[in-house]
Amino acid sequence: MITGFLLSGFDRRARWTVAVLAALALLVPASNLLLPEDSLLHVSTYQLTLFGKYLTYALLALSVDLVWGYCGILSLGHGAFFALGGYAMGMYLMRQIGARGVYADPLLPDFMVFLSWKELPWFWHGFDMAWFALLMVMLVPGILAFVIGWFAFRSRVTGVYLSIITQAMTYALLLAFFRNDMGFGGNNGLTDFKDILGLPIQAPATRAALFAASALTLAFAYVIASAVTASKLGKVLVAVRDAESRTRFIGYRVERYKLFVWTLSAVMAGMAGALYVPQVGIINPSEFDPSASIEAVIWVAVGGRGTLVGALVGAVVVNFGKTWFTGALPEVWLFALGGLFVGVTLFLPRGIVGLFARLRRGDAGGRTAGIPAGEAAP
Amino acid sequence: MRPIRLIAAVCVCLLSVLAASAATIADSELTGFVRALGQGDFDDTERAVAALAATGDERVAGILDRLGAGDLMVRKADGAVFVAAKAGKDVALADPVTGADAGTAPKAGVEKIKVNNRLRRAIASAVGNLTLMSPDPATRRAAAEAVLKSADPAVLPVLDKAIAAETVADVRATMQVARATAVLASDAGEADKEAALSAIAGLGTRDALSLISPYASAEGPLGDAARKAAAGIERSMLLWDAAQNVWYGLSLGSVLLLAAIGLAITFGVMGVINMAHGEMVMIGAYSTFVVQETIRAYAPSLADYALPLSLPVAFVVAGGVGILIERSIIRWLYGRPLETLLATWGVSLILQQAVRSLFGANNREVGTPGWMAGSFDVGQMQVTWPRLWIIVFALAVFLALIAALKHTPLGLQMRAVTQNRAMAASMGIRTPLVDALTFGLGSGIAGLAGVALSQIDNVSPNLGRGYIIDSFMVVVFGGVGNLWGTFVGAMTLGIANKLLEPYAGAVLGKILLLVFIILFIQKRPRGLFALKGRAVEQ
Amino acid sequence: MNTFASKSLCLAALIGALSASTGLASAEDTIKVGVLHSLSGTMAISETTLKDTVLYLIDEQNKKGGLLGKKLEPVVVDPASNWPLFAEKARELISQDKVSVVFGCWTSVSRKSVLPVFKELNSILFYPVQYEGEESERNVFYTGAAPNQQAIPAVDYLMKQEGVERWVLAGTDYVYPRTTNKILEAYLKAKGVKDEDILINYTPFGHSDWQSIVSDIKKFGSAGKKTAVVSTINGDANVPFYKELSNQGIKAEDIPVVAFSVGEEELAGIDTKPLVGHLAAWNYFESVEGDANAAFIDGWHTFIKNDKRTTNDPMEATYIGFNAWVKAVEAAGTTDVDTVIDTLVGTTVPNLSGGYATIMPNHHLTKPVLIGEIQEDGQFDIVSQTAPVVGDEWSDYLEGSKDLIADWRKPLACGNFNVKTGKCGG
Repeated sequence: MITGFLLSGFDRRARWTVAVLAALALLVPASNLLLPEDSLLHVSTYQLTLFGKYLTYALLALSVDLVWGYCGILSLGHGAFFALGGYAMGMYLMRQIGARGVYADPLLPDFMVFLSWKELPWFWHGFDMAWFALLMVMLVPGILAFVIGWFAFRSRVTGVYLSIITQAMTYALLLAFFRNDMGFGGNNGLTDFKDILGLPIQAPATRAALFAASALTLAFAYVIASAVTASKLGKVLVAVRDAESRTRFIGYRVERYKLFVWTLSAVMAGMAGALYVPQVGIINPSEFDPSASIEAVIWVAVGGRGTLVGALVGAVVVNFGKTWFTGALPEVWLFALGGLFVGVTLFLPRGIVGLFARLRRGDAGGRTAGIPAGEAAP
Repeated sequence: MRPIRLIAAVCVCLLSVLAASAATIADSELTGFVRALGQGDFDDTERAVAALAATGDERVAGILDRLGAGDLMVRKADGAVFVAAKAGKDVALADPVTGADAGTAPKAGVEKIKVNNRLRRAIASAVGNLTLMSPDPATRRAAAEAVLKSADPAVLPVLDKAIAAETVADVRATMQVARATAVLASDAGEADKEAALSAIAGLGTRDALSLISPYASAEGPLGDAARKAAAGIERSMLLWDAAQNVWYGLSLGSVLLLAAIGLAITFGVMGVINMAHGEMVMIGAYSTFVVQETIRAYAPSLADYALPLSLPVAFVVAGGVGILIERSIIRWLYGRPLETLLATWGVSLILQQAVRSLFGANNREVGTPGWMAGSFDVGQMQVTWPRLWIIVFALAVFLALIAALKHTPLGLQMRAVTQNRAMAASMGIRTPLVDALTFGLGSGIAGLAGVALSQIDNVSPNLGRGYIIDSFMVVVFGGVGNLWGTFVGAMTLGIANKLLEPYAGAVLGKILLLVFIILFIQKRPRGLFALKGRAVEQ
Repeated sequence: MNTFASKSLCLAALIGALSASTGLASAEDTIKVGVLHSLSGTMAISETTLKDTVLYLIDEQNKKGGLLGKKLEPVVVDPASNWPLFAEKARELISQDKVSVVFGCWTSVSRKSVLPVFKELNSILFYPVQYEGEESERNVFYTGAAPNQQAIPAVDYLMKQEGVERWVLAGTDYVYPRTTNKILEAYLKAKGVKDEDILINYTPFGHSDWQSIVSDIKKFGSAGKKTAVVSTINGDANVPFYKELSNQGIKAEDIPVVAFSVGEEELAGIDTKPLVGHLAAWNYFESVEGDANAAFIDGWHTFIKNDKRTTNDPMEATYIGFNAWVKAVEAAGTTDVDTVIDTLVGTTVPNLSGGYATIMPNHHLTKPVLIGEIQEDGQFDIVSQTAPVVGDEWSDYLEGSKDLIADWRKPLACGNFNVKTGKCGG
């Protein structure tokens, strides 16, 4: 039955997306590991980790699009789920260091030793086991989202109020994780990882594997998201987005639908964070910064909201732009980035994917995947 | 402290002999004493200060004042000490004793006599002893305060004489407290000391507490009396502390109100998720900086009024930028609030970088005008002037805005357009103009907030980022679209924050408040003062 | 089909652009120097100046004919106060731009973020800011102060000169204040200060409402004992803190504040008249008298075309680091990383306060500790100066680190050698 459900997500767009991601997962690591460095097609380790990072951002964007594009919930706090997933992974990686830290303490991570902590806080237990950490990567953001969603959707908190609640959530977590007393390393966060699943984290093969894992996870998440949106459930979600009260009057328990897709999306964001941390080598509270969450929303808008593939495109384009601008135009890159956001809003209201769709059809004002022209509420 | 006390004792003993008639000694002798100021390290200078004060010459106080201000310099060539003033690339020298002009010297040829905090205290106490009998009441008051701080028993004879001669009541009161502290520090009898203690305790202030508490650890009846007095003051301080916290809360609330009130218009009334709001505040702060620099350059005499003069400038500049943004970007996005989030986020990045390119990434200094500095006491509660002005200013802006919306034609049109655009348009209101003016008004008010915030925060390109989240919280907590909601929201959050802070600490207090907002929105999904009717379903 | 075509086209274009932009061929006739300082975001306030400083130093060096007969070429990137971006940009500088050395980072977290990259790709980082210690890495040279080169001498000064008996340790809640305060607490207690005479307070980054805390400090100071505040408050939060201090009428003569993160640059943003007499501890002040400093300031003003710009301690640290690197490269005759790292240890260059800085085997420097009082013009009057102190990377006052030493000379070549167990941990 699950297979059937997933297969239902394989529309034409999904097939191509998955094919591209699978090809990436195979070809990019192969080119990095097998081709000589001077080859034209060689992908350097720098490019590999960079693109791996983009893929995790793409997964985060996908999770945002799922709730925003299809259910009308504008989350300004998805960065919190991303960061929580990242912290769960980071804690696993910290425990893997073991006695190889600078103080050679077999149990305590370095930052606890030099703040003279005597024993491991209770919530650090279990993270030495990979399966437990993986479980937490999904459970922690999932449960948080479930609790917040449970209350918020039942009280019918909608629109901008919901957005501000999610922002308050991530802001509160930001402040909390900055506190050194919380036991997550404060501002320095978790860093200096040594290995993952027994493999040295800086080895080219591990990096390649992480890249492949990111691409495949993204493909898998895409299929799930595609299946959800294509199903009857997805149709109800779109109905909720466009006219929540009407959907409720028809007899749907709107809050349940919302809660499901909201929690699912948070779990996806958590997994994105977990894949992100080993590739960039650090997790720090700044991932909770509300502006990080806003940026994720912007990726989706740039790529094209409510199209799934647009989220992927947007995340990659904006982040590539950021990488390029910060190197090429270090003094003025914010003008370029800011201008991009303004320009996209004014001239590409349906994002990059919408532009392509319009070009293909040749009509100027055509609609894509069912976004209403003037959406009412946030 | 001990060496100072000893030295001061020596000097005061000499003083009491000499002080009867303000002594004068020969210029050459005095010059010798002054010259010693420039020799050796801080300890040597301190001894020289004591020796100089002990001469009792009436010119000494003036010389010591110049030393405290850092105006005295030593000529490296011969070790002579001069009063120095900048004169182009060189320094102009004057004889400290006679005041005669002594020519100029290159900067490298002289060396400033350095003064540290300890030396500054010694100077203040010496000058205080010398000027207790000064004809000027203000100088006597300063002298009495200096003597009070040094708590030096040796000063008692002079002090008694000064109290007897004093005519101004509050100066005499200060002198009496100074006398009491000196008695406590002396080897007077228990009865005298207890009388002194109760005299100090009678003041009931925090300063009194700090004078008493060293004796609270003593044995015997004096210690008991001190403990009792301290406990009594602390009890009465409890209530004042609570009042003080509420005051802090009001002050924080008015800052939040100022920051949020512009947003209450652009976001609350117009529905634009205005992420560039903080940058409007920043533009206001930078306008203040520019006005101040212009005034400092062209009309230094007006420097104290730079802040009020900045208000119209900041309003016009920020409002103008707001209108520009509305006309060029936001007007295409009405009815699509989320797109405004995206576009204004882009605008905020551009504005930040523009300011950074124009003014540099560093903080800029905005001075505090003289009439705004300092503080006064209400009972045992301290009220600082800048905070008081900000509260007054926030209230004034808020009330003016309410009045403008209620009682001006433009305000009427604004309300009409935001409530029902189509209807307003068909009644002949030029909605695009009203939109632009409304956004300009919101931005202009943010600019006014920037003027106020320049007094308490950094003037830097990041200024706005610090306030944007808090502003959104306030507006949403109070209820979108309701200005009174914003007012109540800001004050509630401000006071709650300050009442929590002593118990939970600054960080945890803020987290608790955020959690409270999240829970509150569950209970009242549309904020404190929810709009009723059709607008709700939009 | 169309969808896929457009999409794959888009993707291909992206990957192509990515490789093209990042794989530019490097010219062989220059030596590249990486500059990794935030030019935007929250840290731009402090770091932009250091970027300009490196450019200034490179400019000066090129005027002198460059290095090993080649010109130095700066490669400037903007890590935008974003810690993962620091790691990404470090990788870009080393592996794509092939720089020979990197000057960069300000916060500890940015250094921690780039550390693994420098270790993996084996390059050199000069880190110019005072920090909490507890680190010594082969690829990093710490030209700022360790806690013993700033905090402890400052506390000694207050005890001796001001007779302070009661201490408020106020800091921003991150690792530098936490560690420094831990060290100071242990140090003060060793000196006989009682528990109730120490008040520790932490605030979040960018804290702007200091009313309650300043009034707490006032309360704590009214116990009849001389009280001082040791401030490890970070950059942005300082301006509102000092403004509140002066508003509530706390003068330096009553409760002096000694700060470790407030320099000339921070003071340029405040009206300093009410702050006269408050203190700061650094290894350099702009007001240092001497020819080297005068020449440096003149050159800086000419380069930046603004003679109101101040100089500060991290700039001096950059100056020392840059000159040490130049000297080591000249001595080694190559920019090869391993050779330069070995040559750097023991290299001695003049500092700006009239003495010399030597790079020690633990990759820290010898530095004099200067204590200055704030003046009306935003400058510091130096009231105390020590002989050069060797940077102590593993503090003797912390339980976990008192047995550790670092010595990167062969054969030990270890950053955290435990003298008790005789093992090189980590």
